[in-house]
Amino acid sequence: MSLLDITDLTVGFDTEDGHVHAVKEVSLSLEEGEILALCGESGCGKTVTAMSVPRLLPPRTTRLTGSIRLDGRELTTLPEPQMRQVRGKEVSVVFQEPMTSLNPSFTVGFQIAEVLRRHENLSRGAARRRAVELLELVGIPAPAQRIKEYPHQLSGGMRQRVMIAIAVACSPRVLIADEPTTALDVTIQAGVLDVFRDLRDRLGTAIILITHDLGVVADIADRAVIMYAGRAAEQAPVEELFARPLHPYTLGLMKALPAAAVAAGPGGRRRLAEIPGMVPSPLADPAECAFHARCPSGQDDCLAARPSLVRHGPAHLAACFHPARSGEQP
Amino acid sequence: MADPMTVSVGAIRVGSPAERRRRLWRRFRRRPMPMAGLVLVAGFLLLALVGPLVTGDPIIQDYAATLAPPSAAHPMGTDDLGRDVLARIASGARVSLQAGVLSTLLAMVAGIPIGLLAGFYRRWLDPLVGRLVDVTLAFPFLVFAVGLAAIIGPSLTGVVLALGFAQLPAVIRITRGEVLAIKEMDYVSAAIADGAADGHILLRYVLPNCAGPLIVQATVAIPTAIIGEATLSFLGLGVQPPTPSWGVMLTVAQQYLDVAPWLAIWPGLLIALATLGFNLLGDGLRDVLDPRSGL
Amino acid sequence: MTWFILRRCGAAVIVLLLGSVLIFLGVRALPGDPALVMAGEDASPALVAAIREEYGLDRPLPVQYVEYLRQTLSGNLGRSTQDQLPVATILAERLPVTLELTALAMLVAVTVGVLAGIVAAVRRGRAADYVATGFGLAGLSIPHFWLGLLAILLFSVTLRWLPASGYVPFTEDPVGNLQRMLLPTLVLGMGFAAVLMRQTRSAMLSALSADYVRTARSKGLPERAVVGVHALRNSLTTVVTVLGLQLGALISGAVVTEQIFVIPGFGKLTVDAVLTRNYPVIQAVVLVTVTAYVVINLLVDIVYAFLNPRIRLSGASHG
Repeated sequence: MSLLDITDLTVGFDTEDGHVHAVKEVSLSLEEGEILALCGESGCGKTVTAMSVPRLLPPRTTRLTGSIRLDGRELTTLPEPQMRQVRGKEVSVVFQEPMTSLNPSFTVGFQIAEVLRRHENLSRGAARRRAVELLELVGIPAPAQRIKEYPHQLSGGMRQRVMIAIAVACSPRVLIADEPTTALDVTIQAGVLDVFRDLRDRLGTAIILITHDLGVVADIADRAVIMYAGRAAEQAPVEELFARPLHPYTLGLMKALPAAAVAAGPGGRRRLAEIPGMVPSPLADPAECAFHARCPSGQDDCLAARPSLVRHGPAHLAACFHPARSGEQP
Repeated sequence: MADPMTVSVGAIRVGSPAERRRRLWRRFRRRPMPMAGLVLVAGFLLLALVGPLVTGDPIIQDYAATLAPPSAAHPMGTDDLGRDVLARIASGARVSLQAGVLSTLLAMVAGIPIGLLAGFYRRWLDPLVGRLVDVTLAFPFLVFAVGLAAIIGPSLTGVVLALGFAQLPAVIRITRGEVLAIKEMDYVSAAIADGAADGHILLRYVLPNCAGPLIVQATVAIPTAIIGEATLSFLGLGVQPPTPSWGVMLTVAQQYLDVAPWLAIWPGLLIALATLGFNLLGDGLRDVLDPRSGL
Repeated sequence: MTWFILRRCGAAVIVLLLGSVLIFLGVRALPGDPALVMAGEDASPALVAAIREEYGLDRPLPVQYVEYLRQTLSGNLGRSTQDQLPVATILAERLPVTLELTALAMLVAVTVGVLAGIVAAVRRGRAADYVATGFGLAGLSIPHFWLGLLAILLFSVTLRWLPASGYVPFTEDPVGNLQRMLLPTLVLGMGFAAVLMRQTRSAMLSALSADYVRTARSKGLPERAVVGVHALRNSLTTVVTVLGLQLGALISGAVVTEQIFVIPGFGKLTVDAVLTRNYPVIQAVVLVTVTAYVVINLLVDIVYAFLNPRIRLSGASHG
């Protein structure tokens, strides 16, 4: 049993234009102290997959099936009051937009203390003292002054650090970070990633890192899941993935990326380059390979059935009928 | 949570303009409330345009049948002077429509150019217009109406002028806001960089993009003006008897509330239905044009 | 913050001065001899001469304006052409009536409107939302004065529960006063409750879909804290702004309501003054209305700044 086990997760949304298939039959697991990257283009379902864990999807329009177990405890059917004990305490989230994710009307200190008072039963004073420590932990200078300030007085990088301080305040088992560095300057990115690494090393927090930046993946993740059109296309330890990508989509992503950028880590940040063609509409879900239309090695059988994830190595899975031959370099 | 959002919002943005319009219409048509609004507005227009042609004379008095309850000859009854209420309702609709449409047109004709220019020439014109809008807003609508009624005497012209003037700040602000937003868009800044004439940019790019918000504004302004006209006429500051206005009819009704309650029911009901129609239509348009506003 | 308040006060004074110029010119723009206008059509030549002397109406306009301003600031608003009573005295008698009506109506509107708006937003798409939205549309579409007539028809004419009209000062007969104010207050308050409800609902909906509300949920806060602390606090600025914008409509609404329920307040004074061409009174009521409007908008701006740390801390202007 892993710390977190997601099995056959399928998530859809009822919208005015029809049912949107966001995530389809995704299974993955997360070990204690592991940093797992979820990568793919926007709309591939990586965020929806991750946000299913703390159940932060709009409840009325979301249709979710499958199983999500934290330490063996099923979260998908947990009553809402118990789920609220999990959120912020055992599973916490750092959101993508540091500019808008903090409440503009309250001080930074209040927003950090709030989560401590909720889960740790700290008094007002104790929570404030702990908030100062947390700001120090995430590397904000002069924390005692900073807690009295409002979000608009802080820079983007500072705000993201405050978000992280809120997320780690109660020493969560699982931290979900949704594109935590996308909105930040390159120089600030490295610092934020260091904070994550430090947390994992010190507290043993497992991290799900949602990103479309392969540089970030190479820099910090232990394992990566590549998602395409709501499904896992490939899953492997990061070194193995970069050394021996199997799925043509993964290959495409890497080919579009100068090798130097991969090696350079976060400093040499590159966005996933565009692969020609369009992502299929999320409104339909035909029984074929979703990548077929854009795939260089696609053949007729790709239209006849949908490839499922097949094991190609001890921890290496790929969903493709015609995977790249082993040894082919990206 | 970002993903489903992008899907529904993005769905509007994709496709050719014609395709987009078709999709918007489909969304609009599927909702019962805006469609009900459309029906009410159409009914109101029909009543105002065709009604007076078929319902007879709204002024002719019949002292043999004063304050008569609804009957076959007078489906809505008669008033204190024996005038047919239905005929007066139909003519009153025409007055209402005039007040609503003319005041809105007036505000648009005066406000759009000011808003366009203020948004375009931010350095020198914008602050000036901003001050003027502030001062205009400092005068409650009724103050205009009272002032105008005092100066030119109570009349429909005064009502239209007061209502139009009251709407002016909103039109200026909306147009100006759209200009500022559109000027930031790539294709417009490109046109500006290409040295296109200001007038060309305003007419070719900016004005068409203001259409949506201004149409929504009109669906707010027209019902406001309909109620405004009725209110002023009710107070005696607007349309003068014997011209039939729904507001004037209610002034009379107030005196006969205990003996002829139908006099108070019909005009009020018509005002409420016409206004409701525009409001439903406006809510629907806003909803379809901007699914996230939720108003 | 102090700087912000000072700047806003300065702007308010400028708007008031401009307003007074407009009012001053408006009266001079009336056809005919202003002294005759201000004395009333049936005034004796002696009175006309006295008024011409008092206001210096034979002197140049700028001098007249300064004189007008001086008189106004010292509380001399002229005399009513109807009964020759000082306008200031009449206002002192009428204003409290209207203040009571509008204050009570505001109380109803804020309580009902804000609560209904919050409930509708939180229960979006469910029964409570439809009820509140329907109420909002009805309140927006039904004119005050018709609602007033219907209320009188139902409660006074048919059921005979409440007096249809009239006014007793609160100090003389508190129960009778509230009895007579009940219908007018509800009639005036409900329309504004509807407007406030719609705006509150809209503001709450956008706050509830904001990123910071998602953050609050991710902290495991109970829904009551998410809605009542995080979303509401940010919606309040909208509610306060709308309150300010609705003020003109509230004043108009009070005028109409007083007319229907025959309440001897400021609004009835205004309408009667226009209908009898009582220009000194018209001039004064317009001035009072504009002043009230500017002052209350100033207060709204200041409250808004207090609610919004961005403005409070930087002193920057909004809008």
